[in-house]
Amino acid sequence: MTKETAIIQGQNASSDQVSDQLSRAEHDHIIEVRGLRNQFGNFIVHDELDLNVRRGEIIGVVGGSGTGKSVLMRSIIGLKRPSKGIVKIFGHDFYGASSKEKIGIEQRWGVLFQGGALFSSMTVAQNVMAPLRAHLHLPDELARDIAALKISMAGLPPESGDKFPSELSGGMKKRAGLARALALDPEMVFLDEPTAGLDPIGAAQFDDLIVNLRNTMGLTVFMVTHDLDSLHAACDRIAVLSDKKVIVNGPIDEVRKLDHEWIQRYFSGPRGRAAVVAKDPNHVEDFKEKRSVIA
Amino acid sequence: MQIARFETGHKGDILTLDIFGDWTARHVGGIDAALRKFADKTIGRELIINLKEMKGLDTAGAMMIQRTFHSCQDRTHKSAIVGAEPGQESLLRQVLGHLEPCQIDPPQDSPFVTMLYRTGAGVSGVYYSTLELLNFIGLTLVTMMKVMVNPRRWRLASIAHHMEETGLNAVPIVGLMSFLIGAVVAFMGAKVLQQFNAQVFVVELVGIAVLREFGVLLAAILTAGRSGSAFTAQIGSMKIREEIDALRVLGLDPVEVLIVPRTIALVIMLPVLSFLAAALGIIGGGLAAWATMDISPALFMARTQEMVVLDNFWAGIIKAPFFAFVIAVIGCFQGMEVEGSAESLGQRTTLSVVQALFLVIVLDAFFAMFFLELNF
Ligand SMILES: Nc1ncnc2c1ncn2[C@@H]1O[C@H](COP(=O)(O)OP(=O)(O)O)[C@@H](O)[C@H]1O
Ligand SMILES: [Mg+2]
Repeated sequence: MTKETAIIQGQNASSDQVSDQLSRAEHDHIIEVRGLRNQFGNFIVHDELDLNVRRGEIIGVVGGSGTGKSVLMRSIIGLKRPSKGIVKIFGHDFYGASSKEKIGIEQRWGVLFQGGALFSSMTVAQNVMAPLRAHLHLPDELARDIAALKISMAGLPPESGDKFPSELSGGMKKRAGLARALALDPEMVFLDEPTAGLDPIGAAQFDDLIVNLRNTMGLTVFMVTHDLDSLHAACDRIAVLSDKKVIVNGPIDEVRKLDHEWIQRYFSGPRGRAAVVAKDPNHVEDFKEKRSVIA
Repeated sequence: MQIARFETGHKGDILTLDIFGDWTARHVGGIDAALRKFADKTIGRELIINLKEMKGLDTAGAMMIQRTFHSCQDRTHKSAIVGAEPGQESLLRQVLGHLEPCQIDPPQDSPFVTMLYRTGAGVSGVYYSTLELLNFIGLTLVTMMKVMVNPRRWRLASIAHHMEETGLNAVPIVGLMSFLIGAVVAFMGAKVLQQFNAQVFVVELVGIAVLREFGVLLAAILTAGRSGSAFTAQIGSMKIREEIDALRVLGLDPVEVLIVPRTIALVIMLPVLSFLAAALGIIGGGLAAWATMDISPALFMARTQEMVVLDNFWAGIIKAPFFAFVIAVIGCFQGMEVEGSAESLGQRTTLSVVQALFLVIVLDAFFAMFFLELNF
């Protein structure tokens, strides 16, 4: 008997219960952004921006370079105080929370920054153990096991555990950053261009990992990405950032049909079409029509 | 939220492990050691893990369950994990391929070998870093010469910027410090000289001390702390972010672009700061003498002009460009030596200030002996 089949199905949760939970989750917003305005000096990045993220969904945030995707993420996770508007996460107003509440909130999310943001004086494994050591009182042995698990799940080979960030490639830094973001088994992760710099195989594994974690643990994912394959394979909904706002937030098929110049150029460029074909060959016809309409 | 716990037992010769409560990272810390002990005991035996009573599960808990289940390779079909809900089951399946331990800390030898290694590295490090520093000084000098003969390669904007940063912005602190030092020298001198009824010699004391030594030394020490460290931090962080490499592949010489302008700026500005320090030191001394011994400013100035000839001033100021060169080159050199991590940047910045101060004092001692021989 192999290890993989060692699990024998036991008592099932009743299917009614599951669907009930799902329908409640439908309206359960883990993030609510209302009337957000962000500016640097006189330069306004966001204005009157609204965004909802539901519990347990994978939302992909897209937009041209410099439209403020990273800034949006930073203002949701409490790093950039907005000049106007409300940001609610887990039902709390982060910027109005007491410092004790903030620490509680911060343990419930994991963040992967665009550049990885690993602590340069620690090894990869020490980086992953840092949040464990900071927030949980675990025996060292267990912390090590958990770190090894996360490193492996993020797709790094075990021998990269004792490497320093300066000894890693760009893609490996991303994976190590993901391992650190997942260290505390958070309810929610924020990922800033997670698959940029990964090879296509690695990127696909990454999508699988994210979807799996969502399915098994109900992880909510806020993912800034330009990877059209990721958008198709992993994301439940897509939020498009343009003109300082989220102009649309919905399932990819709906978003793609929208009559907006940037969206059409984004999804119907050669890369966009290739990603659709990869997901579902039947879509090809549909897309040809679409393009001829625009042309 | 429920405490994670487990119960062990056996059905015939099959061991059982019943899991209770929340098996999440937050709650499993207390039972890890006991679970490991149990896992060791199961080796060579069959094991059934029962999850019926388990509440929450996350990857950490799933990892512990799978780790226990697979602690022994030769379990047969009699062994199983039972009672998992579908979600928990897929979580258990998901962690399965990832149970291999990994290296956590950088590899380390035994303490004795490490001590030997560090002693050796320390000794040879003195030799090699001296060699490298000399090499770097030579490189800077040669590049400076090359730049000098070609006015088009003078980076005037950059030099002016660094002159402002290292010179102009240091004026308040250098002025204040030397003013105070001048006053302190006068106070202390007055106390001793009073015993010999020779208070009036406090003018010579302040003049000679401030002009020859304190002015320039104070300016150099403050500059090493302010600007030498800044050079290391600037160049070091550029090194970490591969900006130095970017310069190189663009065909720009980092020594010419970064180091020569800083060195020139400091060599120009430190004599100016030293002059300022000397002047304010004398003013501070004069005011202190006036306050404590009623030596009027007019008398003080007259005696200063009479006794403290220009020689003393030159003996001080001539040292400034040399000090400046040492500070700038050390600061830049340590910046270029930064490797990879933020920690290395911190070490190099410390080293830069310590080395610069050390060399400034050594150089000052050499100058003192030199001037003594020359009767200067
Ligand atoms: N710290 C900052 N100071 C000034 N402007 C900034 C800062 N950070 C970002 N910006 C500006 O905000 C805009 C959005 O940046 P960012 O969110 O990083 O873009 P992207 O969508 O590519 O992630 C850009 O125009 C950028 O120039
Ligand atoms: Mg960005």
